[in-house]
Amino acid sequence: MAELSNKDRMKIQRHPMPEQEPEERIKNFKEVNLGYDLQTAIEEAQRCIQCKNKPCVEGCPVRIDIPAFIKQIELGNFEEAARILKRDNALPAVCGRVCPQEEQCEAVCTVGKKNEPVAIGYLERWAADWERMNIGIQIPELKPKTGKKVAIVGGGPAGLSCAGDLIQMGHDVVVFEALHEIGGVLMYGIPEFRLPKEIVKKEVDGLRAMGVEFRTNQVIGMTDTVDELLKEFDAVFLGVGAGLPYFLNIPGEHLNGVYSANEFLTRVNLMKAYDFPNNDTPMFDVMGKDVAVFGGGNTAMDAVRTAKRLGARKAMIIYRRTEKEMPARVEEIKHAKEEGVEFFLLHSPIEFYGDDEGWLKGVKLQEMELGEPDASGRRRPVPIEGAIKDFPIQVAVVAIGNGSNPIISNTTPDLKVNKWGNILVDEKTMRTNKKGVFAGGDIVTGGATVILAMGAGRTAAKSIDDYLKNPDVWLEEKHNNEQ
Amino acid sequence: MNKIVEARFLGPDVKLFRIEAPKIAEKRKAGQFVIIRVHEKGERIPLTIADSNIEDGTITIIVQGIGKTTKMLNTFEAGDSIQDLVGPLGKPSEIEYFGTAVSIGGGVGTAIAYPTAKALKEAGNHVISIIGGRSKEYVILEDEMKAVADEVYPCTDDGSYGFHGFVTQKLQELIDEGRKLDFVLAIGPIPMMEAVAKVTKPYGIKTVVSLNPIMVDGTGMCGGCRALVDNKVVFVCVDGPEFDAHKVDFNVLNKRNRMYLSKEKQSLEEFLHKCKLEEKIKEAANG
Repeated sequence: MAELSNKDRMKIQRHPMPEQEPEERIKNFKEVNLGYDLQTAIEEAQRCIQCKNKPCVEGCPVRIDIPAFIKQIELGNFEEAARILKRDNALPAVCGRVCPQEEQCEAVCTVGKKNEPVAIGYLERWAADWERMNIGIQIPELKPKTGKKVAIVGGGPAGLSCAGDLIQMGHDVVVFEALHEIGGVLMYGIPEFRLPKEIVKKEVDGLRAMGVEFRTNQVIGMTDTVDELLKEFDAVFLGVGAGLPYFLNIPGEHLNGVYSANEFLTRVNLMKAYDFPNNDTPMFDVMGKDVAVFGGGNTAMDAVRTAKRLGARKAMIIYRRTEKEMPARVEEIKHAKEEGVEFFLLHSPIEFYGDDEGWLKGVKLQEMELGEPDASGRRRPVPIEGAIKDFPIQVAVVAIGNGSNPIISNTTPDLKVNKWGNILVDEKTMRTNKKGVFAGGDIVTGGATVILAMGAGRTAAKSIDDYLKNPDVWLEEKHNNEQ
Repeated sequence: MNKIVEARFLGPDVKLFRIEAPKIAEKRKAGQFVIIRVHEKGERIPLTIADSNIEDGTITIIVQGIGKTTKMLNTFEAGDSIQDLVGPLGKPSEIEYFGTAVSIGGGVGTAIAYPTAKALKEAGNHVISIIGGRSKEYVILEDEMKAVADEVYPCTDDGSYGFHGFVTQKLQELIDEGRKLDFVLAIGPIPMMEAVAKVTKPYGIKTVVSLNPIMVDGTGMCGGCRALVDNKVVFVCVDGPEFDAHKVDFNVLNKRNRMYLSKEKQSLEEFLHKCKLEEKIKEAANG
């Protein structure tokens, strides 16, 4: 086959992601996106013009060599494509599914300036899936053992990406996880229909095969403290996530039927309450009920689409701003709408009300309008005086983000945190003020995305490697954000 | 997996387990709890640590079979293993010298009160233990309490043993006798804890209760265990489990604990049905 010219490449239209039909998928928890077939993947790969400046690599928080892996797909060297991905990303099948590529690599794609950007995320997913399903997850080359040991606290995206890099650098790595499964938000938070748990388990197995040791049921701070870990390990990475759900702080939030998104999703995803009583964990019967999810982020979309699949009569998003201000991915909002989720925008909850037995009966909603832009640049919603209405619901899910879990900071008094409890780090190195202790992910930034946490994990791995080679390096730098 | 090294019944469907968990044994303080999962499809439930032994690396939990998980756990014997065990979780009891401290345990609540009674004694308090039960066989840990308390008063609802009446009546009797009580710890069913709080409030006796709401992760992540204390939302798993009894909204606690009642019943019935079938199969096999 003759080499395609850039002109030919630019003529190829972006290939849409094949999906389960909405009327079908709302009846199951199977993945919505079905993935490209081989031919489609090669044709999509042909759309990449291999531009010299590779803005997509800069746009990627973990700096995957995107043109290189796409070229290998085009050439039919799928194993090599997967190998290139895994040089920079411990969890490519996960990231190909949950990264907001439209804001990162694809947002800056050169092809995208004139045409639709190359479907980098779909190709990443395809290459990782191809490897897993055809030859099994291959183990990259590991450097000789250094004899150094690193403890990773938290088995979520930040910790797993940090572990993946450190084990390749030749260090011994032990991951400590509080729950009974590894994966953090990938297991308890993101639903099966967006990220099958089997894929998370396989990618974790890949890390295990590389030599990473996993210890579940370990709440660091309680089972062992950070100081105790420092006696056994040469360095510690804290990637414990945000992990303390915000509530609305309105009356009636204690009523039965009001959940945090964390609890609602954990019951369904991690504890498999949708399969009660085969699994012991129960949850409120959503079948035939009216469910309102408060919030406009990806977690809110995950919760509302879960409610739909559990048979909710009405599954609704209630958000105090407009769709434009929603932090959720465009694809998530689109999927939710296709599935019949109703959106009540510019509505803010002011009180939950219930019956004498303590069951939720409804929510009082205040209608809002957009006012002046606030500090985040988004127009601030302001209440319309007198526009308050009763809105009957039986289940409410509060998905307005997470604060920082205090267990580590309470038990590590010399570790510096800010007033919100986020661990303070030097952003270039992810070093904390405590020697040998690094941190990254949501516990540093507050609630963000899987890939940003993974990026932080990688940055930390690099600087942990530097530190293990020369522990005195610690004393040389000051912390940028100590103030 | 954590191995059970000892399992024995203390009362009707009340069973004591000593489980290998060296790290937790070393770390735990009175008032803290563990979360366990009994099998691969099991739910996560919190259980207070009754005792620990650093030398042999074990912790003791005492379980009353109420729902599926606890009834299933109570079929476990020494040599069996617990699927998942995590802890210690929650804040330890605040132990100090109060003077005269009363430890009240209702039913299996005595198992939770025991480690704190022991710690109160070690802090120099004169410890009075009131142990309540429906009838004699439900009065547990009397010997253990005798070893750590200065006075022990078993009480039974039906009068089959010790003081005839509720633990609150015994408490009131002590107050009426003019005993100066400086601290009360009450652990048991919600109505019992609420009743104790009502007795002590007019006298201004500092009273602490240990709450046992529905939990999932036990680390603050889900917020399912939230309760109202002093009209503010608390997460029992990280802010508790012990709180000032005079500030706890028992009404909300009670209602929240009933959230899954019908599901719990369904789960238990299916489990008991399955057990019966298995028994029948066994009987048939044995001829």
